[in-house]
Amino acid sequence: MSSRDKIVSAVKGNKPALIPLPLMDWQVSTENTTDTFIKTLEGIGGTLYTIADLQQVMHKVLEIHGNEKRIVNQVRLSDGKNPEEIKSESSISLENVEVAIIEGQLGVAENGAIWVPEHAMGHRALPFICQHLVIVLPIKNIVPTMHQAYGSINVSSNGFGVFIAGPSKTADIEQSLVIGAHGARSLVVFLVDK
Amino acid sequence: MDHAHASTIFNKDKARTGWHDETLWMVREKRDKAARLVPDWEKLREAASQIKSHTLSNLDEYLLEFEAKAEKNGIIVHWAADALEHNEIILSIIRANNISKVVKSKSMLTEECHMNEYLASKGIEVIDTDLGERIVQFRKEHPSHIVMPAIHLKREDVGETFHKHLGTEKGATDPQYLTEAARQHLRDKFISSELAMTGVNFAIAETGGFVVCTNEGNADMGAHLANVHIASMGIEKIIPKAEHLGVFLRLLARSATGQPITTYSSHFHKPRTKQQMHIVIVDNGRTVQLGRPDFRNSLKCIRCAACFNTCPVYRRSGGHSYHNAVAGPIGSILAPNLNMRENADLPFASTLCGSCTNVCPVKIDLHDQLWKWRQVLIKEGYGSISKKAGMNVMNTILSNPGIYNFMGKIGRGMLRAMPWIAKSKSLNPWYKQREMPNAPAQSFKTWYATNRKKS
Amino acid sequence: MKVALFIPCYVDQFYSQVGISTLELLERLGCDVDFPIRQTCCGQPMANAGFAASSKACDANFTENFKEFDYIVCPSGSCVLHIKEHLQPASDPAVARIRSNIYELTEFLVDILKVENLDASFSHKVGFHVSCHGQRGLHLSSMSELMAPTFSKPAKLLGMVKGLELATLTRKDECCGFGGTFCVTEEAVSVRMGQDRIDDHLDKGVEYITGGDMSCLMHLEGILKRQKSEVKVVHIAEILNSRN
Repeated sequence: MSSRDKIVSAVKGNKPALIPLPLMDWQVSTENTTDTFIKTLEGIGGTLYTIADLQQVMHKVLEIHGNEKRIVNQVRLSDGKNPEEIKSESSISLENVEVAIIEGQLGVAENGAIWVPEHAMGHRALPFICQHLVIVLPIKNIVPTMHQAYGSINVSSNGFGVFIAGPSKTADIEQSLVIGAHGARSLVVFLVDK
Repeated sequence: MDHAHASTIFNKDKARTGWHDETLWMVREKRDKAARLVPDWEKLREAASQIKSHTLSNLDEYLLEFEAKAEKNGIIVHWAADALEHNEIILSIIRANNISKVVKSKSMLTEECHMNEYLASKGIEVIDTDLGERIVQFRKEHPSHIVMPAIHLKREDVGETFHKHLGTEKGATDPQYLTEAARQHLRDKFISSELAMTGVNFAIAETGGFVVCTNEGNADMGAHLANVHIASMGIEKIIPKAEHLGVFLRLLARSATGQPITTYSSHFHKPRTKQQMHIVIVDNGRTVQLGRPDFRNSLKCIRCAACFNTCPVYRRSGGHSYHNAVAGPIGSILAPNLNMRENADLPFASTLCGSCTNVCPVKIDLHDQLWKWRQVLIKEGYGSISKKAGMNVMNTILSNPGIYNFMGKIGRGMLRAMPWIAKSKSLNPWYKQREMPNAPAQSFKTWYATNRKKS
Repeated sequence: MKVALFIPCYVDQFYSQVGISTLELLERLGCDVDFPIRQTCCGQPMANAGFAASSKACDANFTENFKEFDYIVCPSGSCVLHIKEHLQPASDPAVARIRSNIYELTEFLVDILKVENLDASFSHKVGFHVSCHGQRGLHLSSMSELMAPTFSKPAKLLGMVKGLELATLTRKDECCGFGGTFCVTEEAVSVRMGQDRIDDHLDKGVEYITGGDMSCLMHLEGILKRQKSEVKVVHIAEILNSRN
């Protein structure tokens, strides 16, 4: 008998009588969703700008980071520049990316998280290997809680997807918060309000 | 070394014990603060509890559904009956790919299976990439907490360790500086690794995918750069549907550290192009626990460690006193299932205060299970013979009012006439740091008989 | 109202004044109090040590003494909780009756007698130690871990005592570390927990530490006396019954 069969039959034999699933009924107020999102994300180390024109994105990024270092852009910006083709690059060659600009699909107000599916990344490693991450998010795509988020996205439609809530961090040394662990050192979010 | 002995040693350093206790209490307070901001908090706990209870009652179906969907998505699914088989499967994948260096993000399951030691004995170096885990790995220690592995260490300890292993400045203690050093050191390892191992926070039956939560981004830096990704999971990590993640992800980080969510909640469904993705589903005693009606609820655990942070005993004895991968109240319920003899001390390392049960996001009846394990362990013969004899004597005295009154009078009489009898720090543990209660001449019963008893 | 008095074994042996205060208090509040003289102990020390299966005779004696009463009152949350959850055999109707008819003192005063004022005075600064089993087991007061409205039956009663100033502690409901046999089997942690509780009270300048369980107070008293503190312990029954 394979381990698989052993395990499955042991589970079958030892499990309790069927208990029903609870109803998922999560009513929530949609008031102040955008304000809550902004405040929460700022509280966890993110920086936000509300813009009307995508041109401002690159402008601001260059202002913050200069143009000496490598900036990889995955967003169709209004200056006519197309997203960079990095899908075929080996992950290792992304090691020198200073800034990555990607598009978020939706934001969650209660925790400042942004859902980013794989197709918005070009390469899965990009949002993590860059030194600084920039996410462009339509302001109308902010929902109150995770329940609404899961109601709006299909997590399995992409091979990979991630909720990103702020820059990487750790408090493993004496509970002392340090921003910038192994992932991006900073997160800037542009809320696009057209 | 049993818990009582280890915690006696721990408590010798009073200042450090106070520091450890305060540090973890602060995490408990952060949890409270976060929970207060969620109007639905108790409703969420109840929903999470019910979802997990339902899942356990249908676990075989969900495991098979998960396997079918995962395989359809190109994930290779393995099953391991015990820790050794898990380790052997990992080794076989590593060998098949001719790899000698592995990076690993946090997985308590791999700790439970003693995987690092096993692979080391086969010539495979495993680099733990979670900052806390890397620190204890350098120090050849085990994690003392499942979420904050190095919480027992002060910044001076970390500074010393990094000076020795990473060449940081001697005497440096600034967490920012030390973390930056770890970032640079581990970035090299990520870039050059060929195989990454992760744990699994939640495995979704409906979609065949799994979720890994980190603040550091180390699980992703490993998985997205390596050609082979292996995720290890216990059978109890299954949840039925993606929508249930809404409940669990709202509870997990708030319960663990007081954050609304971890920085990264990574959802894996398919391997990257040209990548191999494996998942190892592990039993290692979980099906046995499933078959124990009094203890199966412990399988609902989502490994948040809220119970550790609130436990007044854990805070004053440290994770190492529990001599298991998972310490604290939940560890004390899981470990006896794995080995009763070695872990018979753990359910007794508690005052049964019940705080753990209240903070558990999935409403495991932790303190009730601790009490029930005590009954099982004594019944199975893990109490000392003298303890059992003492209890039989107690039963006789307490069931016989005449004997009880007599023994009480004698006992108090002796304490009054010869107080030195109890005053031995070596023979009377109570007396080590506490005065004895006064032994009055009169019991309440005597007073009642004299002053009140209706004739 | 006819009420049976159940006095914990260690109160009977070492702290008879707590039993006396409880009796007098109930009588002053209009109860006809009976004290079954053949009672001994609830059996909790054995059960918590893992020997619940060995306490049958002790349980039988308890049932025999208390089975006829509609109300059983005890000045101890942990003893009452133990009876409610573990008195055996559960299938015996007399046991079921006892389990549903037993009350801790403060819950009896607030929920059954519905006391709204007390002729009591205790002009001192007092710290109230929240005993775990009464709080988390019997819900005598709200719990800091749960997101629920705040309430406290003991504090409500203490509010009726003239001159009493109740301190606000930093850790509102942390365990004192007594825990039954834990107090000797894990002596180091037990005493550290007790010391930390005491430091919280001392920090607030209390003259007395009170609570609903003499077991907790006995443990704290042991530490206080060892460090030759001026602070004394007193059971809540004594405060509610005092007119000094």
